[in-house]
Amino acid sequence: MTAAETTQDGSGLRVHDLSWSARGTVIVDDVELTAPAGRITGLIGPNGSGKTTLLRAVARLARPDRGAVHLDGSDVARLRRRELARRLAVVEQHAGTDLDMTALDVVLLGRTPYRTALQADSGADRALALDALARVDMAGFAARKWSTLSGGERQRVQLARALTQQPGLLVLDEPTNHLDVSHALSLLTLVREAGLTSIAALHDLNLAAMFCDHVVVLRRGRAVAAGSPHDVLTPELLRDVYEVDADVGTHPRTGRPLLTFHPPAASQPPAPAPSSQEDS
Amino acid sequence: MGAAPATHAPAATEEPPVHTTAEPETGTGRRRTLRIGAVLAASVALLVTSVLVTVVLGQADISVRHVWTVLSDRLGLSFLQVDVVGLGADRPNEIRADIIWQLRLPRALSAIVVGAGLAVVGAIMQTLTRNPMADPYLLGISSGASLGAVLVIVGGVGAGVLGVSAGAFAGALLAFALVLVIGQRYGTLTPVRMILAGIAIGQLCGAVTSFVILWVADPHATQDVQFWMSGSLAAARWPSLRLAAVVLVAALLLCLWQARTLNAFAFGEDAAASLGVDVNRIRWLLLVACALLTGVLVAVSGAIGFVGLLLPHAVRFLAGPDHRAVLPLSALLGGVFLLWVDTAARTVFDPRELPVGVVTAMVGVPAFIWVLRQRRVQG
Ligand SMILES: Nc1ncnc2c1ncn2[C@@H]1O[C@H](COP(=O)(O)OP(=O)(O)O)[C@@H](O)[C@H]1O
Ligand SMILES: [Mg+2]
Repeated sequence: MTAAETTQDGSGLRVHDLSWSARGTVIVDDVELTAPAGRITGLIGPNGSGKTTLLRAVARLARPDRGAVHLDGSDVARLRRRELARRLAVVEQHAGTDLDMTALDVVLLGRTPYRTALQADSGADRALALDALARVDMAGFAARKWSTLSGGERQRVQLARALTQQPGLLVLDEPTNHLDVSHALSLLTLVREAGLTSIAALHDLNLAAMFCDHVVVLRRGRAVAAGSPHDVLTPELLRDVYEVDADVGTHPRTGRPLLTFHPPAASQPPAPAPSSQEDS
Repeated sequence: MGAAPATHAPAATEEPPVHTTAEPETGTGRRRTLRIGAVLAASVALLVTSVLVTVVLGQADISVRHVWTVLSDRLGLSFLQVDVVGLGADRPNEIRADIIWQLRLPRALSAIVVGAGLAVVGAIMQTLTRNPMADPYLLGISSGASLGAVLVIVGGVGAGVLGVSAGAFAGALLAFALVLVIGQRYGTLTPVRMILAGIAIGQLCGAVTSFVILWVADPHATQDVQFWMSGSLAAARWPSLRLAAVVLVAALLLCLWQARTLNAFAFGEDAAASLGVDVNRIRWLLLVACALLTGVLVAVSGAIGFVGLLLPHAVRFLAGPDHRAVLPLSALLGGVFLLWVDTAARTVFDPRELPVGVVTAMVGVPAFIWVLRQRRVQG
């Protein structure tokens, strides 16, 4: 089944027949996907399956060999960079800088696509930036130096910067990598509360099940399944794509799928109650 | 948790909202702007007084008022010579006037232009290559420029200021291109690889330069080698200064115009692209401008090291990383810095002169080591 159930009106993100290869090796292979407007779409798949590459092509950081990306009806390849930066913001896996910037400086970078060369940041820009910091629960951190922020705080500042771009689409590449459980949950909650069309490569399948409205599975560069977490995250698919045995239950509070995994060569005696061991 | 409210102290459920320091933070930006303004104004004042003072320093018996008189004469501003304090006119004699106008002033202004230009080139390169150690000298670009200039002079094809500068520009561009090609691997430039490539190219260009000069072997050969390899301002005169000043102003305006765009490179070029920057266009535009400026400066002064490394770091320390402050301040303070270094080089061991590059290296190498240790320079 592919993504057929969404957005007939052209809103949201649509990727058509996208391919990208490096030195003759096809890394993203003819991917077709849709990310419904105002929802979080999860991009999952094993390491090296092409999630980062696909997201880079969506954000026009990599030029695809073939195919097209449409954002709210317009062809991304035809937009000017500045225009694109007003409509699409990226949160990288771990952004870093050596510069002695404050959190507010970093967030204000999000106004770059709106300002001409010599224009100073207006009061409105600062207000937007401070508001974005408040939205990610970092209101008290505006004057803090980037170098003194923890991993979770940095990710939230980057999210605030992305929000300050006032984009229609948020592209997130493993935004919860290196974050502990509580920071991972709070970051994705913030993304959900932002209410933007979002596409996020996620490592942790339970997080994907919990936060995504739509899930797309990549295997060796191909989109092999797409749909709601319930439809997609099945034991058969997980065995097929990740080569693990998994039980899929229901999360007692959210009603979302809850996955528990077992080592591949499962020769242990069946335990009376499934141990709830998650992947990393 | 559904704890009974009665058993809990009211303070636990009804905590007063934590007051964050949003107010002073809004002020931080304004305070920083004020501070940058103050540093800028102070730098301009420092630059002007430095010129007046350093031109006076040296063997000939010259006073600040001599300098003032000569300057206002030459600039057609003689009406400024009103004798406000009633000390009587203080006209320098012909020889002193010549020393001031033909030697000291062009030398001082050349030091300013070269220092300013090298500092701006360093700042731009450090940003565009994300390499805190980037410097036109360490990256071999100045040596490439020297080689280009020497080849033009030796080849005798239009050895005027323009010809030599054009040769230096070509050499700088070629050396830079080689460093970028050698320094990159799988499409990424790591800082340490880039520096190593720069040192290699710099050594090669230096060796060829020495070879060419000694091959031609005119009587000043060793002096020439020293000029092109470690720099000197002793030969600075008006014609070369004029061209360098024009190119400096043009390059500075271009870079200032791109200051906001340069800020967007803080998190790397992909981050810059996703903020709407046309990364390739900016990179080509500014790196070619850097090579041009380096070439023209080297034609004036030979290859002077470490100014481009040192000054941008000092300026960021003073004023933060925003290029709208970093670029003009680097120019101003780079000018002041090299002016004083050159003055020290020509006066401390008077009548003998130290090569200015020797002094900048003595200041610059400790700074280089500091940068190397301070920052997490990935290799
Ligand atoms: N520029 C490149 N050149 C060569 N191979 C690449 C390049 N970028 C990515 N790859 C390869 O493409 C595959 C997919 O990478 P990536 O998109 O990062 O996967 P994921 O994010 O799903 O882990 C990997 O095998 C990686 O080595
Ligand atoms: Mg990845």
